[in-house]
Amino acid sequence: MVENRPWLNVATHLILIIGVAIVVFPVYIAFIASTQAPGTFYRSITPLLPGPSMIDNYWEMLTTGMSTAGAPPLWLMLINSTWMAIIITVGKISISIISAYAIVYFKFPFRTFAFWIIFITLMLPVEVRIIPTFAVVSDLGLLNSYVGLTLPLIASATATFLFRQFFLTVPDELMEAARVDGAGPIKFFKDILLPLSRTNIAALSVIMFIYGWVQYLWPLLVTTDSRYYTVVMGIKRLAARGDTEPQWNLIMAAVILAMLPPVLVVIFMQRLFVKGLVETEK
Amino acid sequence: MQTKRTIFSNKGLPYLLLAPQLAVTIIFFIWPAAQAIKSSFEREDPFGLRTTFIWFDNYTRLFADPTYLNAFGRTLIFAVGVTFISMAIALLMAVAVNRLLRTGKIYTTLLVWPYAVAPVVAGILWWFMFNPSIGILPYVLGQFGINWNHRIVGNHAMILVIIAAAWKQISYNFLFFLAGLQSIPASLNEAAAIDGAGPFKRFWTIVFPLLSPTTFFLLIINVNYAMFDTFGVIDGTTSGGPNQATNILVYKVYADGFLGLNIGSSAAQSVILMLIVIGLVFVQFRYVERRVQY
Repeated sequence: MVENRPWLNVATHLILIIGVAIVVFPVYIAFIASTQAPGTFYRSITPLLPGPSMIDNYWEMLTTGMSTAGAPPLWLMLINSTWMAIIITVGKISISIISAYAIVYFKFPFRTFAFWIIFITLMLPVEVRIIPTFAVVSDLGLLNSYVGLTLPLIASATATFLFRQFFLTVPDELMEAARVDGAGPIKFFKDILLPLSRTNIAALSVIMFIYGWVQYLWPLLVTTDSRYYTVVMGIKRLAARGDTEPQWNLIMAAVILAMLPPVLVVIFMQRLFVKGLVETEK
Repeated sequence: MQTKRTIFSNKGLPYLLLAPQLAVTIIFFIWPAAQAIKSSFEREDPFGLRTTFIWFDNYTRLFADPTYLNAFGRTLIFAVGVTFISMAIALLMAVAVNRLLRTGKIYTTLLVWPYAVAPVVAGILWWFMFNPSIGILPYVLGQFGINWNHRIVGNHAMILVIIAAAWKQISYNFLFFLAGLQSIPASLNEAAAIDGAGPFKRFWTIVFPLLSPTTFFLLIINVNYAMFDTFGVIDGTTSGGPNQATNILVYKVYADGFLGLNIGSSAAQSVILMLIVIGLVFVQFRYVERRVQY
Protein backbone atom coordinates (compact mmCIF):
# COMPACT_ATOMS: atom_id res chain seq x y z
CA MET A 1 0.00 0.00 0.00
CA VAL A 2 1.24 3.41 -0.94
CA GLU A 3 -0.10 5.63 1.80
CA ASN A 4 -2.23 5.24 4.87
CA ARG A 5 -5.78 6.40 4.33
CA PRO A 6 -7.99 4.98 7.06
CA TRP A 7 -11.26 5.93 5.36
CA LEU A 8 -10.25 4.23 2.17
CA ASN A 9 -9.41 1.09 4.11
CA VAL A 10 -12.84 1.09 5.69
CA ALA A 11 -14.41 1.62 2.28
CA THR A 12 -12.35 -1.24 0.84
CA HIS A 13 -13.65 -3.70 3.39
CA LEU A 14 -17.16 -2.35 3.04
CA ILE A 15 -17.12 -2.82 -0.73
CA LEU A 16 -15.74 -6.33 -0.39
CA ILE A 17 -18.28 -7.32 2.23
CA ILE A 18 -21.11 -6.07 0.02
CA GLY A 19 -19.57 -7.90 -2.94
CA VAL A 20 -19.23 -11.14 -1.04
CA ALA A 21 -22.79 -10.74 0.21
CA ILE A 22 -24.07 -10.39 -3.37
CA VAL A 23 -22.13 -13.47 -4.42
CA VAL A 24 -23.16 -15.59 -1.44
CA PHE A 25 -26.76 -14.44 -0.96
CA PRO A 26 -28.47 -16.60 -3.64
CA VAL A 27 -26.81 -19.71 -2.28
CA TYR A 28 -27.68 -18.77 1.29
CA ILE A 29 -31.33 -18.40 0.29
CA ALA A 30 -31.21 -21.71 -1.55
CA PHE A 31 -29.78 -23.39 1.52
CA ILE A 32 -32.42 -21.83 3.79
CA ALA A 33 -35.14 -22.94 1.40
CA SER A 34 -33.74 -26.46 1.41
CA THR A 35 -34.23 -26.72 5.17
CA GLN A 36 -37.92 -25.76 5.20
CA ALA A 37 -40.75 -28.09 6.06
CA PRO A 38 -43.02 -29.25 3.21
CA GLY A 39 -45.78 -26.79 2.50
CA THR A 40 -43.82 -23.70 3.56
CA PHE A 41 -43.96 -22.31 0.07
CA TYR A 42 -47.73 -22.54 -0.25
CA ARG A 43 -48.12 -19.66 2.14
CA SER A 44 -45.51 -16.99 2.16
CA ILE A 45 -42.27 -15.64 0.85
CA THR A 46 -39.03 -17.49 1.49
CA PRO A 47 -37.99 -17.32 5.15
CA LEU A 48 -34.56 -15.94 6.01
CA LEU A 49 -33.74 -18.42 8.76
CA PRO A 50 -33.31 -22.21 8.58
CA GLY A 51 -36.31 -24.44 9.02
CA PRO A 52 -36.60 -27.82 10.76
CA SER A 53 -36.51 -30.26 7.82
CA MET A 54 -32.97 -30.13 6.50
CA ILE A 55 -32.12 -33.78 7.05
CA ASP A 56 -35.51 -35.02 5.84
CA ASN A 57 -35.34 -33.02 2.63
CA TYR A 58 -31.82 -34.04 1.71
CA TRP A 59 -32.47 -37.65 2.62
CA GLU A 60 -35.63 -37.73 0.54
CA MET A 61 -33.92 -36.23 -2.51
CA LEU A 62 -30.89 -38.48 -2.24
CA THR A 63 -32.78 -41.74 -1.80
CA THR A 64 -36.11 -41.42 -3.60
CA GLY A 65 -35.95 -38.17 -5.54
CA MET A 66 -39.01 -36.37 -6.80
CA SER A 67 -41.03 -39.08 -8.47
CA THR A 68 -43.58 -36.64 -9.90
CA ALA A 69 -40.86 -34.95 -11.94
CA GLY A 70 -39.77 -38.23 -13.52
CA ALA A 71 -36.23 -37.86 -12.24
CA PRO A 72 -34.29 -40.66 -10.54
CA PRO A 73 -32.96 -40.36 -6.98
CA LEU A 74 -30.21 -37.82 -6.64
CA TRP A 75 -27.51 -40.27 -5.60
CA LEU A 76 -27.73 -41.90 -9.02
CA MET A 77 -27.44 -38.58 -10.83
CA LEU A 78 -24.55 -37.55 -8.59
CA ILE A 79 -22.72 -40.75 -9.46
CA ASN A 80 -23.39 -40.19 -13.17
CA SER A 81 -22.07 -36.65 -12.92
CA THR A 82 -18.98 -37.81 -11.08
CA TRP A 83 -18.27 -40.44 -13.73
CA MET A 84 -18.87 -38.01 -16.51
CA ALA A 85 -16.56 -35.39 -15.00
CA ILE A 86 -13.82 -37.93 -14.28
CA ILE A 87 -13.96 -39.58 -17.69
CA ILE A 88 -13.87 -36.20 -19.42
CA THR A 89 -10.94 -35.04 -17.27
CA VAL A 90 -8.86 -38.15 -17.82
CA GLY A 91 -9.80 -38.38 -21.50
CA LYS A 92 -9.07 -34.76 -22.31
CA ILE A 93 -5.74 -34.75 -20.54
CA SER A 94 -4.59 -38.07 -21.99
CA ILE A 95 -5.35 -37.33 -25.61
CA SER A 96 -4.10 -33.74 -25.37
CA ILE A 97 -0.80 -34.57 -23.73
CA ILE A 98 0.11 -37.21 -26.31
CA SER A 99 -0.90 -35.05 -29.23
CA ALA A 100 1.11 -32.12 -27.85
CA TYR A 101 4.05 -34.52 -27.48
CA ALA A 102 3.71 -35.56 -31.13
CA ILE A 103 3.58 -31.96 -32.30
CA VAL A 104 6.56 -30.75 -30.29
CA TYR A 105 8.97 -33.70 -30.35
CA PHE A 106 8.47 -35.04 -33.87
CA LYS A 107 8.67 -33.70 -37.39
CA PHE A 108 6.38 -35.30 -39.91
CA PRO A 109 4.35 -34.38 -42.95
CA PHE A 110 1.02 -32.66 -42.15
CA ARG A 111 2.22 -31.58 -38.71
CA THR A 112 0.98 -28.03 -39.11
CA PHE A 113 -2.21 -29.33 -40.68
CA ALA A 114 -2.86 -31.54 -37.63
CA PHE A 115 -2.24 -28.56 -35.39
CA TRP A 116 -4.84 -26.53 -37.28
CA ILE A 117 -7.42 -29.28 -37.10
CA ILE A 118 -7.05 -29.30 -33.34
CA PHE A 119 -7.21 -25.50 -33.29
CA ILE A 120 -10.53 -25.55 -35.16
CA THR A 121 -12.27 -27.23 -32.21
CA LEU A 122 -12.08 -23.86 -30.45
CA MET A 123 -14.34 -22.45 -33.11
CA LEU A 124 -17.01 -25.13 -32.92
CA PRO A 125 -18.63 -25.19 -29.48
CA VAL A 126 -21.32 -27.83 -29.16
CA GLU A 127 -24.02 -25.15 -29.06
CA VAL A 128 -23.50 -24.26 -32.71
CA ARG A 129 -23.63 -27.79 -34.11
CA ILE A 130 -26.27 -29.37 -31.94
CA ILE A 131 -28.30 -31.33 -34.44
CA PRO A 132 -25.59 -32.84 -36.67
CA THR A 133 -23.52 -33.86 -33.64
CA PHE A 134 -26.57 -35.46 -32.12
CA ALA A 135 -27.14 -37.27 -35.42
CA VAL A 136 -23.58 -38.63 -35.45
CA VAL A 137 -23.82 -39.87 -31.88
CA SER A 138 -27.20 -41.41 -32.55
CA ASP A 139 -25.95 -43.14 -35.74
CA LEU A 140 -23.07 -44.60 -33.78
CA GLY A 141 -25.59 -45.99 -31.28
CA LEU A 142 -24.09 -44.02 -28.42
CA LEU A 143 -27.24 -42.39 -27.02
CA ASN A 144 -27.82 -43.21 -23.37
CA SER A 145 -24.30 -44.37 -22.61
CA TYR A 146 -21.28 -42.98 -20.81
CA VAL A 147 -19.35 -43.10 -24.06
CA GLY A 148 -21.92 -40.91 -25.76
CA LEU A 149 -21.95 -38.53 -22.81
CA THR A 150 -18.22 -38.04 -22.72
CA LEU A 151 -16.42 -38.98 -25.94
CA PRO A 152 -17.68 -36.04 -28.05
CA LEU A 153 -16.50 -33.61 -25.38
CA ILE A 154 -12.95 -34.82 -24.86
CA ALA A 155 -11.26 -33.14 -27.81
CA SER A 156 -9.54 -30.13 -26.35
CA ALA A 157 -7.53 -27.50 -28.11
CA THR A 158 -6.82 -25.53 -24.94
CA ALA A 159 -5.28 -28.49 -23.13
CA THR A 160 -3.19 -29.36 -26.17
CA PHE A 161 -1.94 -25.77 -26.41
CA LEU A 162 -1.11 -25.69 -22.72
CA PHE A 163 0.98 -28.85 -22.92
CA ARG A 164 2.61 -27.66 -26.13
CA GLN A 165 3.61 -24.40 -24.44
CA PHE A 166 4.94 -26.29 -21.48
CA PHE A 167 6.91 -28.80 -23.58
CA LEU A 168 8.54 -25.95 -25.48
CA THR A 169 9.92 -24.62 -22.18
CA VAL A 170 11.45 -27.98 -21.24
CA PRO A 171 15.22 -27.70 -21.94
CA ASP A 172 16.36 -29.50 -25.09
CA GLU A 173 19.31 -30.92 -23.16
CA LEU A 174 17.01 -33.23 -21.22
CA MET A 175 15.92 -34.95 -24.37
CA GLU A 176 19.44 -35.06 -25.80
CA ALA A 177 20.77 -36.59 -22.60
CA ALA A 178 17.97 -39.13 -22.58
CA ARG A 179 18.79 -40.08 -26.14
CA VAL A 180 22.48 -40.42 -25.41
CA ASP A 181 21.53 -42.79 -22.63
CA GLY A 182 19.53 -44.79 -25.14
CA ALA A 183 15.99 -43.84 -24.15
CA GLY A 184 13.42 -44.05 -26.93
CA PRO A 185 10.47 -41.69 -27.36
CA ILE A 186 8.11 -43.74 -25.20
CA LYS A 187 10.56 -44.06 -22.35
CA PHE A 188 11.46 -40.36 -22.49
CA PHE A 189 7.79 -39.43 -22.36
CA LYS A 190 6.98 -41.80 -19.52
CA ASP A 191 10.01 -41.27 -17.31
CA ILE A 192 10.91 -37.64 -17.92
CA LEU A 193 8.18 -35.58 -19.54
CA LEU A 194 5.23 -36.98 -17.64
CA PRO A 195 6.75 -36.46 -14.17
CA LEU A 196 7.74 -32.91 -15.18
CA SER A 197 4.15 -32.18 -16.23
CA ARG A 198 2.66 -33.20 -12.92
CA THR A 199 1.68 -29.72 -11.72
CA ASN A 200 0.23 -28.79 -15.08
CA ILE A 201 -1.77 -31.99 -15.18
CA ALA A 202 -3.11 -31.37 -11.69
CA ALA A 203 -4.06 -27.76 -12.44
CA LEU A 204 -5.74 -28.75 -15.67
CA SER A 205 -7.60 -31.59 -13.97
CA VAL A 206 -9.32 -29.15 -11.64
CA ILE A 207 -10.54 -27.04 -14.57
CA MET A 208 -11.59 -30.05 -16.62
CA PHE A 209 -13.42 -31.66 -13.73
CA ILE A 210 -15.51 -28.51 -13.34
CA TYR A 211 -16.01 -28.33 -17.09
CA GLY A 212 -17.28 -31.90 -17.13
CA TRP A 213 -19.50 -31.45 -14.11
CA VAL A 214 -21.33 -28.34 -15.32
CA GLN A 215 -22.13 -29.74 -18.78
CA TYR A 216 -25.79 -29.19 -19.43
CA LEU A 217 -26.83 -29.10 -23.07
CA TRP A 218 -25.00 -32.23 -24.12
CA PRO A 219 -26.41 -34.57 -21.43
CA LEU A 220 -29.81 -33.04 -22.13
CA LEU A 221 -29.57 -34.19 -25.74
CA VAL A 222 -28.04 -37.63 -25.45
CA THR A 223 -29.83 -39.01 -22.41
CA THR A 224 -33.46 -39.98 -22.55
CA ASP A 225 -33.06 -42.87 -20.17
CA SER A 226 -33.22 -41.55 -16.63
CA ARG A 227 -30.50 -43.97 -15.53
CA TYR A 228 -27.98 -41.77 -17.33
CA TYR A 229 -29.23 -38.37 -16.14
CA THR A 230 -26.58 -36.12 -14.70
CA VAL A 231 -27.46 -33.96 -11.74
CA VAL A 232 -27.03 -30.63 -13.50
CA MET A 233 -29.47 -31.53 -16.26
CA GLY A 234 -31.81 -33.38 -13.92
CA ILE A 235 -32.33 -30.24 -11.88
CA LYS A 236 -34.13 -28.49 -14.68
CA ARG A 237 -36.83 -31.13 -14.70
CA LEU A 238 -37.32 -30.51 -11.00
CA ALA A 239 -37.39 -26.74 -11.37
CA ALA A 240 -40.00 -26.95 -14.10
CA ARG A 241 -42.18 -28.58 -11.44
CA GLY A 242 -41.51 -25.86 -8.93
CA ASP A 243 -43.93 -23.51 -10.58
CA THR A 244 -46.87 -25.86 -10.39
CA GLU A 245 -46.20 -27.79 -7.19
CA PRO A 246 -44.31 -25.66 -4.72
CA GLN A 247 -41.79 -28.18 -3.47
CA TRP A 248 -38.99 -25.67 -3.50
CA ASN A 249 -37.57 -27.13 -0.31
CA LEU A 250 -36.77 -30.34 -2.18
CA ILE A 251 -35.66 -28.62 -5.35
CA MET A 252 -33.24 -26.40 -3.47
CA ALA A 253 -31.82 -29.40 -1.64
CA ALA A 254 -31.05 -30.85 -5.07
CA VAL A 255 -29.56 -27.55 -6.22
CA ILE A 256 -27.24 -27.42 -3.21
CA LEU A 257 -26.15 -31.02 -3.73
CA ALA A 258 -25.50 -30.38 -7.43
CA MET A 259 -23.31 -27.37 -6.65
CA LEU A 260 -21.39 -28.80 -3.77
CA PRO A 261 -18.81 -31.13 -5.37
CA PRO A 262 -17.28 -28.70 -7.90
CA VAL A 263 -17.47 -25.78 -5.47
CA LEU A 264 -15.58 -27.80 -2.87
CA VAL A 265 -12.98 -28.67 -5.49
CA VAL A 266 -12.46 -24.95 -6.19
CA ILE A 267 -12.27 -24.02 -2.53
CA PHE A 268 -9.90 -26.77 -1.45
CA MET A 269 -7.70 -26.73 -4.54
CA GLN A 270 -7.75 -22.99 -5.01
CA ARG A 271 -4.09 -22.69 -5.89
CA LEU A 272 -4.26 -25.34 -8.61
CA PHE A 273 -7.58 -23.95 -9.79
CA VAL A 274 -6.20 -20.45 -10.27
CA LYS A 275 -3.11 -21.77 -12.00
CA GLY A 276 -5.18 -23.94 -14.32
CA LEU A 277 -7.62 -21.17 -15.13
CA VAL A 278 -5.05 -18.49 -15.83
CA GLU A 279 -2.85 -20.77 -17.91
CA THR A 280 -5.46 -22.45 -20.08
CA GLU A 281 -7.09 -19.20 -21.07
CA LYS A 282 -4.03 -17.41 -22.33
CA MET B 1 5.96 -23.92 -36.41
CA GLN B 2 8.21 -24.10 -33.41
CA THR B 3 9.79 -27.41 -32.50
CA LYS B 4 12.71 -28.87 -30.60
CA ARG B 5 16.37 -28.60 -31.66
CA THR B 6 16.63 -32.36 -31.78
CA ILE B 7 13.67 -34.54 -32.45
CA PHE B 8 12.80 -38.19 -32.43
CA SER B 9 12.97 -39.69 -35.88
CA ASN B 10 10.12 -42.21 -35.66
CA LYS B 11 7.90 -42.18 -38.69
CA GLY B 12 4.68 -43.80 -37.53
CA LEU B 13 4.63 -42.95 -33.83
CA PRO B 14 3.57 -39.28 -34.08
CA TYR B 15 0.53 -40.24 -36.14
CA LEU B 16 -0.37 -42.84 -33.58
CA LEU B 17 -0.08 -40.26 -30.79
CA LEU B 18 -2.23 -37.78 -32.66
CA ALA B 19 -4.81 -40.34 -33.77
CA PRO B 20 -7.20 -40.21 -30.79
CA GLN B 21 -7.39 -36.42 -30.70
CA LEU B 22 -7.80 -36.14 -34.45
CA ALA B 23 -10.38 -38.92 -34.60
CA VAL B 24 -12.57 -37.28 -31.95
CA THR B 25 -12.14 -33.88 -33.57
CA ILE B 26 -13.04 -35.09 -37.04
CA ILE B 27 -15.95 -37.32 -36.04
CA PHE B 28 -17.58 -35.06 -33.48
CA PHE B 29 -16.52 -31.58 -34.54
CA ILE B 30 -15.60 -31.21 -38.17
CA TRP B 31 -17.98 -33.72 -39.72
CA PRO B 32 -21.04 -32.33 -37.87
CA ALA B 33 -20.00 -28.78 -38.70
CA ALA B 34 -19.75 -29.74 -42.36
CA GLN B 35 -23.18 -31.34 -42.11
CA ALA B 36 -24.56 -28.15 -40.62
CA ILE B 37 -23.15 -26.14 -43.49
CA LYS B 38 -24.56 -28.62 -46.00
CA SER B 39 -28.05 -28.69 -44.55
CA SER B 40 -28.13 -24.93 -44.25
CA PHE B 41 -28.39 -24.93 -48.06
CA GLU B 42 -31.11 -27.56 -48.16
CA ARG B 43 -34.76 -27.93 -47.42
CA GLU B 44 -36.23 -31.15 -46.10
CA ASP B 45 -39.81 -32.06 -46.87
CA PRO B 46 -42.09 -32.55 -43.84
CA PHE B 47 -41.67 -36.32 -43.86
CA GLY B 48 -37.89 -36.21 -44.07
CA LEU B 49 -37.93 -38.20 -47.31
CA ARG B 50 -36.48 -35.74 -49.75
CA THR B 51 -34.07 -32.86 -49.47
CA THR B 52 -33.70 -30.22 -52.10
CA PHE B 53 -30.81 -27.87 -52.62
CA ILE B 54 -32.07 -24.31 -52.29
CA TRP B 55 -28.95 -22.13 -52.25
CA PHE B 56 -29.23 -19.29 -49.75
CA ASP B 57 -32.96 -19.55 -49.22
CA ASN B 58 -32.66 -20.49 -45.56
CA TYR B 59 -30.45 -17.48 -44.95
CA THR B 60 -32.59 -14.97 -46.79
CA ARG B 61 -35.65 -16.25 -44.95
CA LEU B 62 -33.86 -15.90 -41.64
CA PHE B 63 -32.94 -12.31 -42.23
CA ALA B 64 -36.47 -11.55 -43.33
CA ASP B 65 -37.83 -13.18 -40.19
CA PRO B 66 -38.63 -10.64 -37.47
CA THR B 67 -38.23 -13.22 -34.70
CA TYR B 68 -34.66 -13.90 -35.82
CA LEU B 69 -33.80 -10.23 -35.99
CA ASN B 70 -35.40 -9.87 -32.59
CA ALA B 71 -33.16 -12.67 -31.29
CA PHE B 72 -30.14 -10.77 -32.60
CA GLY B 73 -31.20 -7.64 -30.76
CA ARG B 74 -31.95 -9.57 -27.59
CA THR B 75 -28.57 -11.29 -27.75
CA LEU B 76 -26.87 -7.92 -28.09
CA ILE B 77 -28.65 -6.51 -25.03
CA PHE B 78 -27.95 -9.68 -23.09
CA ALA B 79 -24.26 -9.87 -24.01
CA VAL B 80 -23.61 -6.20 -23.31
CA GLY B 81 -25.48 -6.40 -20.02
CA VAL B 82 -23.73 -9.53 -18.79
CA THR B 83 -20.29 -8.34 -19.88
CA PHE B 84 -20.61 -4.88 -18.39
CA ILE B 85 -22.13 -5.90 -15.05
CA SER B 86 -19.83 -8.82 -14.37
CA MET B 87 -16.69 -6.97 -15.43
CA ALA B 88 -17.53 -3.80 -13.50
CA ILE B 89 -18.24 -5.65 -10.25
CA ALA B 90 -15.22 -7.89 -10.74
CA LEU B 91 -12.90 -4.95 -11.34
CA LEU B 92 -14.16 -3.18 -8.24
CA MET B 93 -13.61 -6.33 -6.16
CA ALA B 94 -10.18 -6.95 -7.63
CA VAL B 95 -9.02 -3.39 -6.96
CA ALA B 96 -10.28 -3.67 -3.39
CA VAL B 97 -8.61 -7.03 -2.78
CA ASN B 98 -5.40 -5.76 -4.32
CA ARG B 99 -5.24 -3.01 -1.65
CA LEU B 100 -5.27 -5.54 1.15
CA LEU B 101 -2.35 -7.52 2.39
CA ARG B 102 -3.43 -10.47 4.47
CA THR B 103 -7.22 -10.50 4.44
CA GLY B 104 -7.26 -10.41 0.64
CA LYS B 105 -6.86 -14.20 0.50
CA ILE B 106 -10.04 -14.79 2.47
CA TYR B 107 -12.06 -12.47 0.26
CA THR B 108 -10.61 -14.15 -2.82
CA THR B 109 -11.76 -17.56 -1.65
CA LEU B 110 -15.22 -16.19 -0.91
CA LEU B 111 -15.46 -14.63 -4.36
CA VAL B 112 -14.11 -17.32 -6.71
CA TRP B 113 -16.28 -20.38 -6.08
CA PRO B 114 -19.24 -19.40 -8.32
CA TYR B 115 -16.99 -20.34 -11.23
CA ALA B 116 -17.88 -23.94 -10.41
CA VAL B 117 -21.63 -23.35 -10.45
CA ALA B 118 -23.31 -24.60 -13.62
CA PRO B 119 -25.06 -21.86 -15.62
CA VAL B 120 -28.39 -23.66 -15.33
CA VAL B 121 -27.99 -23.81 -11.55
CA ALA B 122 -27.14 -20.11 -11.44
CA GLY B 123 -30.30 -19.47 -13.43
CA ILE B 124 -32.44 -21.50 -11.06
CA LEU B 125 -30.97 -19.80 -7.99
CA TRP B 126 -32.00 -16.36 -9.27
CA TRP B 127 -35.27 -17.68 -10.70
CA PHE B 128 -36.13 -18.72 -7.17
CA MET B 129 -35.02 -15.44 -5.62
CA PHE B 130 -37.13 -13.53 -8.13
CA ASN B 131 -40.14 -15.87 -7.91
CA PRO B 132 -43.10 -13.45 -8.05
CA SER B 133 -45.11 -15.15 -5.32
CA ILE B 134 -42.52 -16.47 -2.86
CA GLY B 135 -39.21 -14.83 -3.83
CA ILE B 136 -37.48 -12.33 -1.63
CA LEU B 137 -36.54 -9.78 -4.24
CA PRO B 138 -40.06 -9.19 -5.66
CA TYR B 139 -41.17 -8.64 -2.07
CA VAL B 140 -38.48 -6.00 -1.57
CA LEU B 141 -39.19 -4.46 -4.97
CA GLY B 142 -42.89 -4.42 -4.06
CA GLN B 143 -42.06 -2.11 -1.17
CA PHE B 144 -40.78 0.36 -3.76
CA GLY B 145 -43.92 -0.02 -5.82
CA ILE B 146 -42.41 -2.25 -8.50
CA ASN B 147 -44.68 -5.09 -9.45
CA TRP B 148 -42.14 -7.73 -10.48
CA ASN B 149 -43.28 -10.49 -12.77
CA HIS B 150 -40.77 -12.04 -15.15
CA ARG B 151 -43.36 -14.49 -16.42
CA ILE B 152 -45.27 -11.69 -18.14
CA VAL B 153 -42.96 -8.69 -18.46
CA GLY B 154 -40.22 -9.23 -21.03
CA ASN B 155 -37.82 -6.69 -19.56
CA HIS B 156 -38.07 -8.28 -16.13
CA ALA B 157 -37.19 -11.65 -17.63
CA MET B 158 -34.23 -10.10 -19.43
CA ILE B 159 -32.97 -8.45 -16.23
CA LEU B 160 -33.30 -11.77 -14.44
CA VAL B 161 -31.22 -13.74 -16.94
CA ILE B 162 -28.62 -10.98 -17.20
CA ILE B 163 -28.17 -10.94 -13.42
CA ALA B 164 -27.98 -14.73 -13.23
CA ALA B 165 -25.42 -14.99 -16.04
CA ALA B 166 -23.35 -12.04 -14.76
CA TRP B 167 -23.35 -13.37 -11.19
CA LYS B 168 -21.67 -16.59 -12.28
CA GLN B 169 -19.05 -14.80 -14.36
CA ILE B 170 -17.85 -12.35 -11.66
CA SER B 171 -15.46 -14.92 -10.19
CA TYR B 172 -13.70 -15.51 -13.49
CA ASN B 173 -13.27 -11.81 -14.29
CA PHE B 174 -12.18 -11.13 -10.74
CA LEU B 175 -9.31 -13.62 -10.92
CA PHE B 176 -8.01 -12.22 -14.19
CA PHE B 177 -8.30 -8.61 -13.05
CA LEU B 178 -6.52 -9.48 -9.84
CA ALA B 179 -3.71 -11.19 -11.74
CA GLY B 180 -3.49 -8.16 -14.01
CA LEU B 181 -3.36 -5.73 -11.09
CA GLN B 182 -0.68 -7.73 -9.32
CA SER B 183 1.55 -7.59 -12.37
CA ILE B 184 1.57 -3.78 -12.35
CA PRO B 185 4.77 -2.67 -10.59
CA ALA B 186 4.14 -0.94 -7.27
CA SER B 187 6.85 1.61 -8.10
CA LEU B 188 4.59 3.31 -10.67
CA ASN B 189 1.90 3.83 -8.09
CA GLU B 190 4.40 5.02 -5.51
CA ALA B 191 5.97 7.52 -7.90
CA ALA B 192 2.55 8.95 -8.71
CA ALA B 193 1.69 9.14 -5.02
CA ILE B 194 4.87 11.09 -4.32
CA ASP B 195 3.88 13.47 -7.08
CA GLY B 196 0.67 14.04 -5.18
CA ALA B 197 -1.85 11.96 -7.14
CA GLY B 198 -4.68 10.63 -4.99
CA PRO B 199 -5.96 7.04 -5.15
CA PHE B 200 -8.72 7.75 -7.69
CA LYS B 201 -6.52 9.76 -9.98
CA ARG B 202 -3.87 7.05 -9.78
CA PHE B 203 -6.42 4.40 -10.68
CA TRP B 204 -7.76 6.18 -13.76
CA THR B 205 -4.47 7.52 -15.08
CA ILE B 206 -2.11 4.65 -14.29
CA VAL B 207 -3.74 1.43 -13.20
CA PHE B 208 -6.70 1.33 -15.56
CA PRO B 209 -4.68 2.05 -18.74
CA LEU B 210 -2.06 -0.53 -17.76
CA LEU B 211 -4.84 -3.01 -17.20
CA SER B 212 -6.24 -2.58 -20.70
CA PRO B 213 -4.79 -5.82 -22.16
CA THR B 214 -6.57 -7.78 -19.43
CA THR B 215 -9.73 -5.77 -19.94
CA PHE B 216 -9.71 -6.39 -23.67
CA PHE B 217 -9.05 -10.10 -23.22
CA LEU B 218 -11.92 -10.36 -20.74
CA LEU B 219 -14.19 -8.42 -23.06
CA ILE B 220 -13.79 -11.08 -25.75
CA ILE B 221 -14.12 -13.96 -23.30
CA ASN B 222 -17.23 -12.47 -21.72
CA VAL B 223 -18.98 -11.83 -25.01
CA ASN B 224 -18.17 -15.42 -25.95
CA TYR B 225 -19.51 -16.62 -22.60
CA ALA B 226 -22.69 -14.58 -22.86
CA MET B 227 -23.38 -15.79 -26.38
CA PHE B 228 -22.67 -19.49 -26.01
CA ASP B 229 -22.24 -20.71 -22.46
CA THR B 230 -25.43 -19.21 -21.14
CA PHE B 231 -27.71 -21.71 -22.83
CA GLY B 232 -28.36 -23.27 -19.42
CA VAL B 233 -29.33 -19.96 -17.85
CA ILE B 234 -32.05 -19.45 -20.45
CA ASP B 235 -33.22 -23.05 -20.64
CA GLY B 236 -33.36 -23.41 -16.87
CA THR B 237 -35.45 -20.29 -16.40
CA THR B 238 -37.39 -18.43 -19.09
CA SER B 239 -37.01 -20.82 -22.06
CA GLY B 240 -36.75 -17.77 -24.28
CA GLY B 241 -39.98 -16.20 -23.09
CA PRO B 242 -42.09 -14.35 -22.32
CA ASN B 243 -43.00 -13.57 -25.91
CA GLN B 244 -39.43 -14.11 -27.23
CA ALA B 245 -38.00 -11.51 -24.86
CA THR B 246 -35.05 -13.68 -23.79
CA ASN B 247 -34.74 -15.82 -26.91
CA ILE B 248 -31.03 -15.35 -27.54
CA LEU B 249 -29.40 -16.79 -30.67
CA VAL B 250 -27.92 -19.90 -29.11
CA TYR B 251 -31.25 -20.78 -27.54
CA LYS B 252 -33.10 -20.20 -30.79
CA VAL B 253 -30.85 -22.66 -32.64
CA TYR B 254 -31.80 -25.30 -30.13
CA ALA B 255 -35.49 -24.38 -29.98
CA ASP B 256 -35.95 -24.22 -33.76
CA GLY B 257 -33.92 -27.30 -34.52
CA PHE B 258 -34.54 -29.65 -31.64
CA LEU B 259 -37.98 -28.64 -30.49
CA GLY B 260 -39.35 -27.08 -33.69
CA LEU B 261 -37.60 -29.57 -36.00
CA ASN B 262 -36.90 -26.93 -38.61
CA ILE B 263 -33.57 -28.43 -39.63
CA GLY B 264 -32.67 -26.12 -42.51
CA SER B 265 -33.31 -22.92 -40.61
CA SER B 266 -31.55 -24.20 -37.51
CA ALA B 267 -28.54 -25.22 -39.59
CA ALA B 268 -28.36 -21.78 -41.17
CA GLN B 269 -28.48 -20.26 -37.70
CA SER B 270 -25.68 -22.62 -36.62
CA VAL B 271 -23.53 -21.46 -39.49
CA ILE B 272 -24.10 -17.81 -38.60
CA LEU B 273 -23.13 -18.56 -34.99
CA MET B 274 -20.04 -20.40 -36.19
CA LEU B 275 -18.99 -17.31 -38.11
CA ILE B 276 -19.43 -15.25 -34.95
CA VAL B 277 -17.28 -17.65 -32.91
CA ILE B 278 -14.64 -17.72 -35.62
CA GLY B 279 -14.59 -13.94 -35.54
CA LEU B 280 -14.22 -13.88 -31.76
CA VAL B 281 -11.48 -16.52 -31.74
CA PHE B 282 -9.68 -14.66 -34.51
CA VAL B 283 -9.76 -11.39 -32.58
CA GLN B 284 -8.65 -13.17 -29.43
CA PHE B 285 -5.64 -14.82 -31.02
CA ARG B 286 -4.71 -12.05 -33.38
CA TYR B 287 -4.85 -9.16 -30.95
CA VAL B 288 -4.97 -10.60 -27.48
CA GLU B 289 -2.54 -13.49 -27.41
CA ARG B 290 0.45 -11.28 -27.01
CA ARG B 291 -0.84 -10.01 -23.72
CA VAL B 292 1.46 -7.33 -22.44
CA GLN B 293 3.71 -8.51 -19.62
CA TYR B 294 5.02 -5.79 -17.37
